Amino acid sequence: MTLTTYFMEATYLVASILFILSLKMMSHPDTARRGMFLAEGGMFAAIVGTLIGAHIVTWTWIIAGLAVGSIIGAWMAITVPMTAMPQRTALSHAFGALAAALVGVGEFMVNINELGPVKRGALGFEIMLGALTTTGSLIAAAKLQGIIQGKPVQFRGQNVVNASICLGMTGCFVYFWIHPEASTVFYTMLALAFVFGVMLVIPIGSADMPVVMSLLNSYAGLAAAATGFVLGNNVLIIAGTLDGFSGFILSVLMCKAMNRSITNVLFGGFGAAIAEVSSDAGGVMREISLDDAAMQLAFANRVIFVPGYGLATAQAQHAVRELGELLEERGVAVKYAIHPVAGRMPGHMNVLLAEANVPYSSLYEMEQINPEFSSTDVAVVIGANDVVNPDARDNPKSLIAGMPILEVDRAKSVIVLKRGQGRGFSGLENPLFFKSCTSMLYGDAKSSLSHLAQAVQHV
Amino acid sequence: MNPAVLIASVYVFALAAFLGYQVISRVPPLLHTPLMSATNAISGISLIGSLVLAGAKGYPLPAHILGFVAVTTATVNVVGGFGITDRMLKMFRKKPDAKQVATESKAVAK
Repeated sequence: MTLTTYFMEATYLVASILFILSLKMMSHPDTARRGMFLAEGGMFAAIVGTLIGAHIVTWTWIIAGLAVGSIIGAWMAITVPMTAMPQRTALSHAFGALAAALVGVGEFMVNINELGPVKRGALGFEIMLGALTTTGSLIAAAKLQGIIQGKPVQFRGQNVVNASICLGMTGCFVYFWIHPEASTVFYTMLALAFVFGVMLVIPIGSADMPVVMSLLNSYAGLAAAATGFVLGNNVLIIAGTLDGFSGFILSVLMCKAMNRSITNVLFGGFGAAIAEVSSDAGGVMREISLDDAAMQLAFANRVIFVPGYGLATAQAQHAVRELGELLEERGVAVKYAIHPVAGRMPGHMNVLLAEANVPYSSLYEMEQINPEFSSTDVAVVIGANDVVNPDARDNPKSLIAGMPILEVDRAKSVIVLKRGQGRGFSGLENPLFFKSCTSMLYGDAKSSLSHLAQAVQHV
Repeated sequence: MNPAVLIASVYVFALAAFLGYQVISRVPPLLHTPLMSATNAISGISLIGSLVLAGAKGYPLPAHILGFVAVTTATVNVVGGFGITDRMLKMFRKKPDAKQVATESKAVAK
């Protein structure tokens, strides 16, 4: 080993330590930002180390790639609105996974004869995970952005088709593993993995995106870790594994928050064909006027806001903060209840409310806030549906039976801000809307909230 | 692969998995979105593999071009990921002072 190689390895060690420290500091919002500076420093060190230690001879492509990538990355980081965070993250997963897959293809082109059986196995995983994450994430991003429909796409024999693709891909992998010189088989595997990524994500509805996002996050990380095995590079293994496990933990949490298994999310096609099994939620939905709603809020002691994806689509996070502040000035205790799967990615609502300057000490997790609903005067549901559906708790036949919910129906009164009378994404009837304590305020959440704020000022 | 190196790699993987589990399960749901974009940025470390592909000795031109694409996408991941994570984390405040936040966000507008 030459001196520069030692230097490179030393920067990798430093980078690994800094990455772990930065994730540790992520455990508290006060330290998280400083933690990210450490991670950035680690990344910078690893890049410099590589450029010095890896016997670089051609600089053109490197400089061009770094420049183009930095411009696109910086542009994304600055311009993307917080409401579009889920699709931005999905797109980013696609980019990361594509890089891993391409490095794999490069290794195959150049070094395949020097790779032993173990490295060939890792290379196969790198290619498959990288490619399917790339297309899967692109589809997820397109769904979240509304470029393609968010409803599950399903057809007859879908699972058979998917199983055949998966089988074909695995078959190619095994053949390639035994005969590393078979480049046709290798590229077939790559192509099938790209197709498989598409097929995996199109049957999944937008409401299940938190799980899909977490899983793709995990795959992208594992692809990077597999790259580490192929290149014999520890910092890649460490960083990739951290990412892989973080995604995995988040998927498990999201599944728990919906009381569903990962298999069910991936292959269940939730929300496609809903049999009518909701409880006899007949009755009338009671509409409430703006002034009455404002009156209720202004004279309440405790108010809890329950945001859902509708808050994001209406971009109503600033409007809800204004209303909340006005109420607080009147001496009302205002809290925000966040369901783990509210929105389209883990923590989506927290980021939106933080953007609107709601202090994080007012944001409460489901377990913390549920006991408080019974002593709450008004619960305001903003564009949330399934996460407050009492059927999940009371009706064992419901499709979402057993899913933990925010128990807003225990509040003295509930105001539901909703665009129209239609059902939510899952197509399930929500008995909450028919309860005697519930009143509906129809209209765009943002304008409803700002009108409420005006009305509260005049009370 | 040299068996000793392989075993060492497996050790690294197992320990990183264990450590990752310990560290990440302590991250509160409040920060799950920044966590995801941060780990995503960190996994952009495949950039260093791409750099080798794009410019190192002994690689033919097609590999360099693949490497160029990989360097680009990985850099987008790293720069975009860290940038946006920082933008998000900057917003999380215990007791926001409206005026201070407004001036700061103007000053730090990057």
